[in-house]
Amino acid sequence: MGMTITEKILARAAGKTCLGPGDNVWVKVDILLTHDVCGPGTIGVFQREFGASARVWDPSRVVIIPDHYIFTADQKAHRNVDILREFVRQQGLPHYYDPGTRNYKGVCHVALPEEGHVRPGEVIFGTDSHTCTHGALGAFATGIGNTDAGFILGTGKVLIKVPRTLRFRVEGALPEHVMAKDVILRVIGDIGFDGASYCAMEFTGEAIQRLSVEERMTICNMAIEAGGKNGIIEPDAKTFEYVRRRTTKPFEAVYGDSNARVDSERVYDAASIEPCVAEPHVPSHYATARSRRDVKLDRAYIGSCTGGKLTDFLAAARILRGRKVSIPTFLVPATTEVAEGLLREEIGGRSLVQIFADAGCEDIAPPSCAACLGGPVDTYGRTSGNEVVISTTNRNFPGRMGSKQSRIYLASPLTVAASAVAGHIADPRDYL
Amino acid sequence: MKSIRGKVYVVRDDVDTDQIIPAQYLNLVPTIPEEYAKLGSYALCGLPDSYPPFVAPGEMKSVYPVIIAGRNFGCGSSREHAPIALGAAGVKAVIAESYARIFFRNAVATGELYPFESGQRLCEMLRTGDEVEIDVTRARVTVLASGASHELKELGAVAPVVEAGGIFAYARKSGIIR
Repeated sequence: MGMTITEKILARAAGKTCLGPGDNVWVKVDILLTHDVCGPGTIGVFQREFGASARVWDPSRVVIIPDHYIFTADQKAHRNVDILREFVRQQGLPHYYDPGTRNYKGVCHVALPEEGHVRPGEVIFGTDSHTCTHGALGAFATGIGNTDAGFILGTGKVLIKVPRTLRFRVEGALPEHVMAKDVILRVIGDIGFDGASYCAMEFTGEAIQRLSVEERMTICNMAIEAGGKNGIIEPDAKTFEYVRRRTTKPFEAVYGDSNARVDSERVYDAASIEPCVAEPHVPSHYATARSRRDVKLDRAYIGSCTGGKLTDFLAAARILRGRKVSIPTFLVPATTEVAEGLLREEIGGRSLVQIFADAGCEDIAPPSCAACLGGPVDTYGRTSGNEVVISTTNRNFPGRMGSKQSRIYLASPLTVAASAVAGHIADPRDYL
Repeated sequence: MKSIRGKVYVVRDDVDTDQIIPAQYLNLVPTIPEEYAKLGSYALCGLPDSYPPFVAPGEMKSVYPVIIAGRNFGCGSSREHAPIALGAAGVKAVIAESYARIFFRNAVATGELYPFESGQRLCEMLRTGDEVEIDVTRARVTVLASGASHELKELGAVAPVVEAGGIFAYARKSGIIR
């Protein structure tokens, strides 16, 4: 019996020639990612269990990217970054992206591939549920807690159960008004908020192959929003081109066998996918954007690991160019590389930064997770009352962006930009 | 027989980690003892205001050692602060119809609480404040007032890990690590 790409990556990392769903295996970890919110607790577990002077298993495989609570006056947040700094110094860790320095990057799930730490065929664990993003480059990647991460820091290994694979095939080409975000919100809407619990979500088909690496990241990023263990897309020439620009480290790509068995396969016609929103308060509350034009909005938000990449801002700029927003519109590039792109990239002779300023958006914030998950009360863009928000982020739980009374609609950058202009939920087709 | 006895706190489906411990409190580091205790005082404070407080104002611990939930309990973030906040508040067990994967794993890895699964929709059958007794060994829950007893899914290999106090304690006890 053949194996899926997820099974083959795990088999290799476990030193086995074959394995199947449900098998519990010890895998060798290629990269452990952590950040300022879960890093201090992970370090705490590591030092408590392995000793204050213990050494991490392999400094070159630990990547620490502070990103959550960076631009805040919160003293504990600063203390937490200090804990990371001290650990990095003590352990001599080469991959640390320090706030307040030129080395600072921003949102870990966009920075990790940008900095060349995501390579096809590898096994990545991170203390953040959106670690599943990195399956977009043909890696196995999933989120874990501090205790498991502390175990990995000491041993380089972890025990995991091999997930069943659910395959999603998107045939044809997506229309120009439809983005990866619409694809994944549709899938989550179809299978439900726990529809992929414990499973690998494998995305394939012509429409997926036609997507850029950044758009593929958007899809895999939200696998967790259906309960998935990992999202994954087989690597191809686009993947290799992206990775090769960012690292010289060798890697060995893995592909699924043609006779691999999957639990289910859903097939979508790309032409049937529409601009959509996820209504409050779960990401599976699917509705087409055009059916929700009566929803008045107070605020628009573009940012996060899901919707704060250069591709996302380019899409928003296509609509905002030459128009004015009618509600406060908050922009948070995921990383410093994205922020540089906003200055560099132009449409019709105007940079994205100029286009957003012309449109009347709020001043662009420095890169971080910002209001995607609320955070300290002084966080940029955080809700404080009963705001109705349309956002390119990943979660619309009660209180997710700060206030329990606010209501969050998730959408693609095109739909968010169109809605920012309209002041109510809008279909980007009316603006392209 | 190992048993857990006390009042239940009842929630419904899809209670996510932001409701269990809102992100603004993630600046607290669980391995620092006073911050661990503080996390407990904020447990479930992100639930909609229609719910009664899980931890009474001014208290550090909850009067409810058992949570009864619907489907997909603990969905969302990988924050280990979630099972830790519940454990720090005094929760000994959650009985849910199903769990989000990472929450379940974190509950076991930390040994903070027993994550039982129920075949029945107990969140429709019990009310906050009802007293129950859980027989951990036999995986049964009994409602004290009515005597009604419900079977729970066996925890299997998970039970000794929680019993030991988490994966590190279990691994030492069973000789997996020194």
